[in-house]
Amino acid sequence: MTSQATAVASPSAAEGRLRSYLRLYGTLIRVSIMEQFQYRAANYFYMIGMVTEPIIYLVVWSTIAREQGGTLGGYTPELFAAYYIVWTLVRNMNIVFTPFGWEERIREGTLSAQLARPLHPIHYDLGFFAGWKVVVIVMWIPIAAALFWLFQPELHPRPTQIAVFAVAIWGAYLIRSFLLWILGMVTFWTTRVSALFEAFFAAELLLSGRLVPMTLLPEWAQTLANFLPFQWTFGFPITALVGPITDEELFVGLAAQAGWIVFGAVATWLIWRRAVRLYTAVSG
Amino acid sequence: MRLTWQFLRVGVMNELQYRANFFIQLLQSLVAIATGLIVLALVFDNTSDLSGWTRPQLLIVMGVFTVMGGIIGFVIEPNMGRLMSDIQLGTFDYVLTKPADSQLLTSIREFRLWRLTDVVVGGVVIVWGAGQLDRPVGWLEGVGFSLLLVVGGVMIYCFWLLLTTGAFWFVRMEMMQELFTGLYRAGQYPVGIYPGWLRVMLTFLVPIAFAVTVPSEALTGRLTVGLAVLAVVFAAFLLVLTRLFWRFAVAHYSGASA
Repeated sequence: MTSQATAVASPSAAEGRLRSYLRLYGTLIRVSIMEQFQYRAANYFYMIGMVTEPIIYLVVWSTIAREQGGTLGGYTPELFAAYYIVWTLVRNMNIVFTPFGWEERIREGTLSAQLARPLHPIHYDLGFFAGWKVVVIVMWIPIAAALFWLFQPELHPRPTQIAVFAVAIWGAYLIRSFLLWILGMVTFWTTRVSALFEAFFAAELLLSGRLVPMTLLPEWAQTLANFLPFQWTFGFPITALVGPITDEELFVGLAAQAGWIVFGAVATWLIWRRAVRLYTAVSG
Repeated sequence: MRLTWQFLRVGVMNELQYRANFFIQLLQSLVAIATGLIVLALVFDNTSDLSGWTRPQLLIVMGVFTVMGGIIGFVIEPNMGRLMSDIQLGTFDYVLTKPADSQLLTSIREFRLWRLTDVVVGGVVIVWGAGQLDRPVGWLEGVGFSLLLVVGGVMIYCFWLLLTTGAFWFVRMEMMQELFTGLYRAGQYPVGIYPGWLRVMLTFLVPIAFAVTVPSEALTGRLTVGLAVLAVVFAAFLLVLTRLFWRFAVAHYSGASA
């Protein structure tokens, strides 16, 4: 009887819930867009400082490609240029709440205010950063144009590639949001976390495609990376647009992203429940 | 000079209270250098030299990059950060009322002792790289290297102080630090590998070439006398410019209370 009753009641309840979530995200995103457009200059300094990193990689790897007679592992200097220019957008999509921020959240008590709200605090982070991304994408266009002009990349994506890329950058955003939330929550157990975080970022740099396209890594490193989420946040979205990539690989990639998103969401939820219990214990 | 020594002593004593931070910082330095070494290994998996720089030579560049980063983190960055927040909060007035040279005072108030782990770790990498060079390092090269390292540090200091002094007029300058940190990374490789426009930027606009590449060239015996002289002249020029700009800025400083 009861199961039947819930079965009848749930569609409309679920629908209502979904609608209020959508409204919440709509508002969070709008607020953050307006907020971040005010800090245009600050955002630009930040983005220009960030562009140095891919330019370094681009210069190093295309120099090597030229010295090796034009290509390195199938990458020409022009293909490297495309890879690292798309990299700048993917990197911006990848900026989420930093794990270093948790110490302040816990110490300053901002977390207590969030706990009083009826929704899981991750929604506020996801909404805020998603809105910022919209600003970032708009501001990125002139930077990308300048880089195109300077480095003359070779970029001819198929329509499917463009479509998958548009989805994959948001998949990457979600995966990295969950990952860094999980990492940041370690702060609940110990505050001596910075070395751990640095080690995590070093592993990510090497095994994600951020430093160099995945196919240029040694065999064993590629195998290792297959067990880790990192490549789905950097290498996959970039390669999805830049190629060379088959349709099959595109869909396998999207499926892998979906898998890691589910894993990340569940893990975040589980760890958060334990962490919060600890937090109340400390302050109580 | 005595003033500098006193400030250094107090700063160091302050830092010695937090000994656990030493291990954390050491661990961070090691992670950073390990990452750098892996990247170099990847590069030299694919090639035997990068624009004429061999593996041991690039090791030296990385070591110098790390040492210079440690010096920046030890004294330049904390003092410039303090100056900037002083200007924002209005507490900069107190510095001006003290009976010592204001530029000297703003440059020696804070020290992050543990950032010197980068100097040690980077030093080890330099020695290691130098040991693998085809020809041994002569004493002339050693002296030139040490001298140019100091000259490079002076240039970075001048550059940063010039930027921070801009905060007298534009209060929100934190992003400049972000920008500098981003640009400084380019020093991991000799600036010669970058395209012309970027090389000029990294030499004269942001003096990273002088801070990292030139001392490394001295140690690997690639440096021409002309370039060494240019480095010293440019550093002197920057010092004078910074001094003049500082005087000008302080004269026009109206304080938070005004």
